[in-house]
Amino acid sequence: MKPKVFAAFVGPSIFMMLLFIAFPLVSVFWNSFVVTQPVYETVEVENCTAGFLEQTCTTEMETRPVLDESGEIRRQTEFVGFQTYQNVLEMGRFWEAVKDRSWTALQNIDFWKALRFTLMFTLVTLPLVLGVGLAIALVINNASQKIKGPVIFLSLLPFIITPVIGALSINWLFRGDGILTAFLEWWLEQDLALFAQAWTIELMMMFYRVWHVAPFAAIVFYAGLQTVNQDSLESAVIDGASRWQRLRLIVIPHLAPLLIFVAMIHLMDTYRVFEEVVGFRAEGYVISLQWLTYDFLTPDQAGNRSISRASASAMLTMIGIAILLVPLLKRTWRDHKGSH
Amino acid sequence: MKLKTILMAGAMSAVASAGAAECAFENEVPLRSLTAGFEAWKAVTDNMAECGNFEANLDQEFREKQPEAFAADPSLYHIGGVANSTMIPLLNAGTIRPLNDLVEEYGQHLSPNQLITVDGDIMAIAMMVNNQHLMYREDILNDLDLEVPTTYDEMLEAAAVIQEADVVEYPLGGTFASGWNLGEEFVNMFLAHGGDFVDDNNMPTINNEMGIASLEKLKAATQYMDPEYLAADSTYVQQQFQQGQIAMANLWASRAGAMDDPEESQVVGKVTMASAPMGPEAPVSSIWWDGIVIASNITDEEAEAAFRVAMEGIDTETVQESPEAAVWLIDGYEPGDLAAGAAATAANGARPYPASSAMGIMHSVLGNGIAPYLNGNKDAETTLADIEAAYMTSAEEAGLVE
Repeated sequence: MKPKVFAAFVGPSIFMMLLFIAFPLVSVFWNSFVVTQPVYETVEVENCTAGFLEQTCTTEMETRPVLDESGEIRRQTEFVGFQTYQNVLEMGRFWEAVKDRSWTALQNIDFWKALRFTLMFTLVTLPLVLGVGLAIALVINNASQKIKGPVIFLSLLPFIITPVIGALSINWLFRGDGILTAFLEWWLEQDLALFAQAWTIELMMMFYRVWHVAPFAAIVFYAGLQTVNQDSLESAVIDGASRWQRLRLIVIPHLAPLLIFVAMIHLMDTYRVFEEVVGFRAEGYVISLQWLTYDFLTPDQAGNRSISRASASAMLTMIGIAILLVPLLKRTWRDHKGSH
Repeated sequence: MKLKTILMAGAMSAVASAGAAECAFENEVPLRSLTAGFEAWKAVTDNMAECGNFEANLDQEFREKQPEAFAADPSLYHIGGVANSTMIPLLNAGTIRPLNDLVEEYGQHLSPNQLITVDGDIMAIAMMVNNQHLMYREDILNDLDLEVPTTYDEMLEAAAVIQEADVVEYPLGGTFASGWNLGEEFVNMFLAHGGDFVDDNNMPTINNEMGIASLEKLKAATQYMDPEYLAADSTYVQQQFQQGQIAMANLWASRAGAMDDPEESQVVGKVTMASAPMGPEAPVSSIWWDGIVIASNITDEEAEAAFRVAMEGIDTETVQESPEAAVWLIDGYEPGDLAAGAAATAANGARPYPASSAMGIMHSVLGNGIAPYLNGNKDAETTLADIEAAYMTSAEEAGLVE
């Protein structure tokens, strides 16, 4: 292919990637190192506000932003270095908690509390998704031709549901006297409040995530199962290998690249856990890193929002995902080099 | 909730285009409004729509959209619905206009109480007040020979008796949902203790005796509530009432009407309104108002039309059509039984919500910071110190403190 033709082919996608990936990334990166704030003045103002029967007027010192000639709020942008990261990470309190060996103190710092849950959520659901996914794939693979279609359809259903909607339905099923809580209460003959402590909420979040994502893993593994070398399987049977041995020694090694692929996708997705926190209204008990970013970004009623800290938090999330992916990437790289 | 809002907005636009019915004048200028989505706003915008050429957007997320939408030139909306706190960003950005001339020409009937003025300029027209006050099941209190609680402590004592008698699932309801609602509960309690949240230099002043006492009172109340109280917002508590699950709650006046709505409520006629229970200094409540503002970045003709339409929306006719949708400030409103609680709360000296830029930050960090105390993960001093630290970080980032 001529260089010119090549350029014409990839040009649009490079442009798109710059516009939609590189530019936002650079902008977030930049925002995490600067703080933009209005210039404020303090003035004495008389305010009259509505009471039930009469107006109440008060004169007080009020801080309000300075407007420029065109009527816009005058803002200044200042380079603050790593200050914003410091504000998110709160390293001072972190080291103090480490020195005191106080887990409670550590869990009282928002970022570390969110990191603890995010990591646990990611690492606990990973083997479950792989395991359940593989199990479903094997069931589909061994189902007779006649019912294969319906079985695939049924097992894919959870994956089709929009994550927020799924989380909300779990919330409604279990919250207060939801149907399933009522059933559990009747069955166990005791009062339950599943949303009144952190650990039950976390359990439900993990259960929901595995339920939701396992079908995706299953369908990928099912595709992989179609290419397992039948000769090896047959000779294994002749050699007297049990079902479990065949699975462990032939099928799983064959599926290894797919296992890594699913694991990578899952790590990237789960580290950004968010829908569960919002859908379960769990902010009071459990928060995740992505929720923290969202919270920084949400304006309060007076219109303030923490763009800088949201950017820093987003950058930290990206770094976290990169670190988690390192072992898997290393393995893929080794395999890649080995195959040449 | 969102879906409901969207559906409602859709329905509203449909109503809007249906056009002129009982408006005093024919509106020729296309107008748009962005307001919250609760009952009173629905009543008001329905009446505005009768003037024709008017599109209402009722949206519970309005406060996230309003500042940006009004900053556009021309502004995306002509009429805005605000409360005392949500007016601050618009006022700060100069995107709402002084209404002195328009009030002189078209608003002579307004009572002085409705005119929200800042440094002599009328910036908003209030239409209703809202506060949290005591709602209780009269039948339950009568059965147990309980007096109507007048202080927060009496309310807790009554709750203990009701719990003992085991007549409802939970004696108390409370809007303790982590976030804005929980922040508001602390605000009410701290105001009731006579506290101020920030000083003249915007430095936080909550880490003191009053702050600790407020936290302890809130925690004492939670033991009588549904253990999932950290997700209980106004609608949740309202439904608990309607389904007969709770006996008392300090709930928003704007929710009072729903108690007697036969389509939703199983306790019609059984819920009575009373003043918010007293704290040491004032009722555990704060007074809010809701009203309309007109955008700066529109032509004077549009502003005039918008103001006239808005006046149609908040006229006596609206009050007569929906007397129970709110505690109206509008001429012709006669407070009924449902407004008794809001009125008594005001009469007992409830303080206005101290809206300001700094308070916006304070409210957010309170809303996020109190849950660990209620969960038992932090003691009161640490909680307040952490909240003040979080406030300082946010306020420094916002530029409010050096």
